[in-house]
Amino acid sequence: MARDRANPLDYSRKTWMQLALAGTFLFLYFPIVSLVAFSFNDSKRNITWQGFTLRYYEKAFDNAQLHEAFLNSLIVAGISTTVSTILGGMLGLSLYRYRFPIQGPYEGMVHLPIVIPEICMAVAMVAFFATVDMPLGLTTITISHIAFSIPFVAVVIRARMAGFDQSLEEVSFDLGANQWQTFWNVTLPYMKPGLVAGALLAFTLSLDDFVITFFTSGPGSTTFPIKIYSMVRFSVTPEVNAASTVLIVLTLALTLAALIIQSRSQGK
Amino acid sequence: MQSWRKNKLVFAVLALPPTAWLVIFFTLPLIIMWVYSFAERGPQGQIVLALNFANYVRAIEWIHLGIIWKSVWIAAITTVITFAVGFPLAMGIAFAPARWKNLLLLLVILPFWTNLLIRTYAWIAVLRTRGFLNFGLEWVHEKFSMLLAFIGLPDMMGEFQALELLYNQKAVVIGLVYVYLPFLVLPIYATLEKLDKSYLEVSLDLGAGHVRTLFSVTMPLALPGIVSGCLLAFILSMGTFLTPTLLGGTDSEMIGTLIARQFSSSRDWPFGSALSFLLLYLTFIMLWVRASLAGRKGGPI
Repeated sequence: MARDRANPLDYSRKTWMQLALAGTFLFLYFPIVSLVAFSFNDSKRNITWQGFTLRYYEKAFDNAQLHEAFLNSLIVAGISTTVSTILGGMLGLSLYRYRFPIQGPYEGMVHLPIVIPEICMAVAMVAFFATVDMPLGLTTITISHIAFSIPFVAVVIRARMAGFDQSLEEVSFDLGANQWQTFWNVTLPYMKPGLVAGALLAFTLSLDDFVITFFTSGPGSTTFPIKIYSMVRFSVTPEVNAASTVLIVLTLALTLAALIIQSRSQGK
Repeated sequence: MQSWRKNKLVFAVLALPPTAWLVIFFTLPLIIMWVYSFAERGPQGQIVLALNFANYVRAIEWIHLGIIWKSVWIAAITTVITFAVGFPLAMGIAFAPARWKNLLLLLVILPFWTNLLIRTYAWIAVLRTRGFLNFGLEWVHEKFSMLLAFIGLPDMMGEFQALELLYNQKAVVIGLVYVYLPFLVLPIYATLEKLDKSYLEVSLDLGAGHVRTLFSVTMPLALPGIVSGCLLAFILSMGTFLTPTLLGGTDSEMIGTLIARQFSSSRDWPFGSALSFLLLYLTFIMLWVRASLAGRKGGPI
C-alpha cells in the first residue's frame, strides 16, 4: 500500500528539513572554517580576502615564545599520556575484572573527574598545591592532567575488554603460565588497541586542556593553549589563526587515528 | 567478573596505583577545598581555619545569589536554544538515508574535537565590531541603500551602525549553544534512532498531521533522550568558565567566573571554595536527576 507513495517519514527529503540541516551546519562550521581560511589571508585586517599567503605560518613558526609553549605542551602531554595510559589501563582492567565491596561509590569516585565542572577541579588543584607547598609549573600541570586523563583511559580500556574471552586466560593458567606470563602474553596483546586509543585520547585531552592548565601553571610554564589565550585577549590576528590551525589539524589527526584504531579493533 | 578475594595480590597490584593517584591528586584536593570552604580569609588573603558557614551564607547574599541565578538563567536559555537547534538536527540525522547517517554524525562531532579555546576564539572573529557578521550586515546595508537610491527613494537607511554583538550575555549564549550542541544532539539522536518508526506511521495513517505526530508521538517517545541531552547541556553551561571569560562582558558574570575571580584577583580562597562546592552540589543534583530518569525509562545515559 505504502509503496506507491513516497515514505511519509522520509523527513530528510523535505525542503524545510534540508534547510534546517544546512543552517545548523553553517552555524557549526562557519566560525572554524573562516578561522582556518583567514590564517592564509594576506591582510592584517583579517576581514576581507586579499590573497593567499603562508607568511603568518612563517611568523608563527618564528615566534620563540610560541615555540617554547608548544614544546612545553608536548612535554606535558607526553608524560601525562604515558603515566595516565598505564594507570588508566590498570584501572580499566580492574573495573572490568573484579567485583569488590563499595564498588558503586568507588566507581563514582574514579569517574568524577569526567563529570565535575572543570573550574571546580582547577581551583581544587590550586588549593591542594598551595597546601602541600608545591610551586606551580610544568610538574603541577602534568600531575593534574594525569588525574583527569586516568578515568577517560579507563573507560576506553573497559569498553575494549568487554569483548575479551576470559577462557583464554584460564587456558593459559591451565597450561602452566603464571599471572604475569598470562597478563603479558594473553591479556596485554588483546588490550593493545584499547591502550593505543586511550593514549591518543589522553594526548589530545592534555594538548587541548585550557582551564585546568591555566590555573595550575606558574611563571615560565606557558603551554600552547595558554599562549594562544594570551594572544587572543589582545586582538584577532592572522598569526593566532595560523597557530590555532596548527593545533586544530594536530588534534583532528590524532582523534581520527584513535577512531580508526578503535573501529578496526571492534571489527575483529 | 570475579571476586577480588580470589587473588588479592593481583587485585591490589592492579587497582592500588591508579586509586592512589586519584585519591591523592583528585579526591584530596576536593577534600582540602571542602575544608577551606569553612575557613576565613585573613587580612592578606591567607586562609584562617575556622569552622563556620559564613562563606555559604555570603554565597546566598543578594549580590552573589544574583550571579548564581544568572548562571542558571543563562544555562536555561542556552538549553532551550540548543534544543530548538539540536532537535531538528537529531531528527534530520535519524531519518536520513543510512548511507548519510555516519557522515552527518561525524559532521556534528567534528567541531567538538577542536580545541574549546579556539572554537570560542573563532566566535570573537565573527561577532566583534569589525567581525564577519557586522561586515556582512554592512554589505547588505550598502546594497540596500544603493537600491533605494536607484529607484529614486530618499536614503532613509542612514549610516551603518555596527551592532554590539560581542562582550555581552547574548554572545555568551551563542558561544555556549555552539560548544554544547553535540552533547544534546547525540542522546536525542540515539533514542530517535532506536524508536520504532511504525508508531509514527500509524499516527500518520490515522489522520494526524506531521506536526501533531511530532508533538504527540515522536517527542514523547524520545523523551528519555531529550531529558538526558537537555540536562547535559544545562549542567555543562552552568559550570562554564571559558565562554563568559572570552565572550562575556560586565553583564555576564557566571558562577564559574566568580569562582575563578576568588582564586585570582580577589584572593578569597575560602569564599571561592564555598562557591565551588555549591556549583558541585548543583551539578550532582542534576546528574542524579538525569541518572534516575535514565534508569527508570531505560534511556541512554
